[in-house]
Amino acid sequence: MNFAFSIQDVLGVLPEIIIALGACAMLILDLFLERDKKEWVAYLGIFVVILAAIASWCLINTAEPYVMGRMMVIDNYSLFFKFTFYLATILTLLLSINYAKSADLDYRGEFYTLMIFSLCGMLVMASGSNLITIYLGIELMALPIYVLVGFLKNDTRSNEGAMKYVILGGFASGLLLYGMSLIYGLTGTTDLAGINAALSAGTVSPVILTLSIVLMAAGFCFKLAGFPFHMWAPDAYQAAPTPVTAFMAVASKGAAFAAIVRVFLEALYPAYAEWQMILAVIAVLSMFYGNTVAIMQTNIKRMLAYSSIGHAGYALLGLVAGTGEGSAAIMFYILVYTLMNLGAFAVIIMMRKTGKVAGDSIYDYKGLAKNNKVVALVMLIFLFSLAGIPPMAGFMGKLYIFMALINQGYIILAVLGILTTAIAAFFYIRIVLFMYMKEPEGEFDLVKSCALYIVIAISVIGVILLGVVPGSLMELASKAALLL
Amino acid sequence: MVPYFSILIMMGFVGILGTAALVMNKIMGPKNFYKDKLSPWECGMPPVGDADRGHFKVHYFLIAILFIVFDVETLFLFPWAVLLADKTISLFIFFEMIIFLVILAVGLAYAWKKGALDWV
Amino acid sequence: MLIEYILFIIFAVIAIMSSLCVVTLRNPVHCAGYLIVTLLQVAALFLLCRSPFLAVVQVFIYVGAVLVLFLFVVLLIDVKKASMEIFKPKHRPLAYGVLAILLIETLVVIFVGGLEKIRLAAPGAEVKVETIGRELFTSYIFPFEIVSVVLLVAMVGAIVMAIDRRG
Repeated sequence: MNFAFSIQDVLGVLPEIIIALGACAMLILDLFLERDKKEWVAYLGIFVVILAAIASWCLINTAEPYVMGRMMVIDNYSLFFKFTFYLATILTLLLSINYAKSADLDYRGEFYTLMIFSLCGMLVMASGSNLITIYLGIELMALPIYVLVGFLKNDTRSNEGAMKYVILGGFASGLLLYGMSLIYGLTGTTDLAGINAALSAGTVSPVILTLSIVLMAAGFCFKLAGFPFHMWAPDAYQAAPTPVTAFMAVASKGAAFAAIVRVFLEALYPAYAEWQMILAVIAVLSMFYGNTVAIMQTNIKRMLAYSSIGHAGYALLGLVAGTGEGSAAIMFYILVYTLMNLGAFAVIIMMRKTGKVAGDSIYDYKGLAKNNKVVALVMLIFLFSLAGIPPMAGFMGKLYIFMALINQGYIILAVLGILTTAIAAFFYIRIVLFMYMKEPEGEFDLVKSCALYIVIAISVIGVILLGVVPGSLMELASKAALLL
Repeated sequence: MVPYFSILIMMGFVGILGTAALVMNKIMGPKNFYKDKLSPWECGMPPVGDADRGHFKVHYFLIAILFIVFDVETLFLFPWAVLLADKTISLFIFFEMIIFLVILAVGLAYAWKKGALDWV
Repeated sequence: MLIEYILFIIFAVIAIMSSLCVVTLRNPVHCAGYLIVTLLQVAALFLLCRSPFLAVVQVFIYVGAVLVLFLFVVLLIDVKKASMEIFKPKHRPLAYGVLAILLIETLVVIFVGGLEKIRLAAPGAEVKVETIGRELFTSYIFPFEIVSVVLLVAMVGAIVMAIDRRG
């Protein structure tokens, strides 16, 4: 093994280094702050993320994408996802500052630090070009989130949600590792391009190849909450502190998509015929299951958990298409999903009155429009976008996915997708009806916070802009997409 | 021959010795069990609840987890130490390990300041 | 070669017997004890496969650390109650069915799937600690450093979960 290590390697992973060192700095800073100054840990976190974003910006269109002995690849595909994660993390940190105060969590700066550690794992997942790096990224992403879900330690539901998440997460990691080790046994390498070359040569045993694909698909689908592997999601989403729910729903799902698209398109593409059927079944089941069960929910966080299972199904369809167009559609979809979901969670946090938890039940939204027209309007925009109603961005996201499918001849899958969208519209619009048609049952006492206003403003502008003029961003995504 | 064969033999010998001691005790030791002798003693009263289990401090658990972390760290030092003799890469891997250790030292400092190492 | 063959049989038989004890015994502490025996046998098998480093890892991580954690958990739960738990007889056919399916699946993968074609190293070649180290500290430098961050997070997470001191 000849090995040459140069400054180029360090520069390539500079964003990851900045995030990891920044998280360590936050950990140390937290030790020396008084309780009422803990929010400075969050501000330091935002600063660190911005620094990393600048470093990533300098790496766009880099000449030599493979760094660290082909362990990491700095292509525009990974950078697109990284910027999505930066945005999601900054917005989540802004949401957290206020939430931590009202939930009596503000004596722990680790609440913010763990999110930054998780972000580090996501960056590694997006850039990993070797199964080992991707696996370590997944673990680094998941470990802090396990802790964050159980952060409300006096709440038994929070403990239960964290417990389920940890145990099922460990199980899924085991499946994923088993699949990866079988692939290594078959091809003799963990490098994605190397696996592709070995599979193209066509000497591998089809039985074991299928087995390893099934295991890896199961492991990844657990991380992105696809249908048969979703069991943890509703409990963990409901039990976690609300900003953590938002973070899990958007960032960790996005990272799982970044990794699964890269592994399946870059490494396992020669076995496309084997995996497209498996993923198509998972995607269709997720759409139907998530969207129908969401109808029965009365807790809004639980409802959004089921809806996120449905959204994972839509995005997976982009992978089933197996083209560059499909992967570009996934990138666009994840960004849009990040904005609209974070916006919805910001409104949920805003509903939370000091002292007692409110805004969790969908009935709390009755008559919101009578009380506060602006908040009701932005919630309407986010819900319409989640439901996929034009002219919001959610509609364009679904449209690109279905276009990618139809161009590959998967008409039936596209029809099923549109059908479930119609089912999904029901439970989103029900909340809109509650807000506009019902009389308020009690006094609204909305949280007033500058950070929340910023999050909502960014999300609203993003959702509307991407819905009305999606062209330029979609062009960016298509240029950065894999498999062109 | 298998590498480290002598160590394997030694471990086998230790295992046999330990088992032999237990078996001999089982065969030759006096056995005189009765109910009162086997019950845990609690102030001369009939035992209530989990007297035989005792109380268990959660702190042990924390120490165990910290132990695992540093155990894994130590494990990486073995191949590193073997490789340090190679002059062509020794300087490089020396600093590589320093970075690894510094990151974990941050954790140690954190644990220390948080009082995870205090017993009371 | 013959002595290695005999040793393999000894280790394998002890490993299987003690792992049967792990799943059949009622007392969790005894189970953990037999698990230690099983893992030590597996370490010896790694040594026979000429992977001394893997054997050391097995002893260090599993016997040294994970089993300690296991025993602590056993102490935290109610041993008496746990040892009283038995499977209901009506669930047994289901368990046996799942077991049979898994067994058949494993046999199919081993004998039909072509596992024997997989060769990771030349038979009989020793994987030296130095070889592993060279790979780990040069080609895999980035994953290696990521491991330190993962360990740091594990430490922070454990402390966050266990210590709740305000102020």
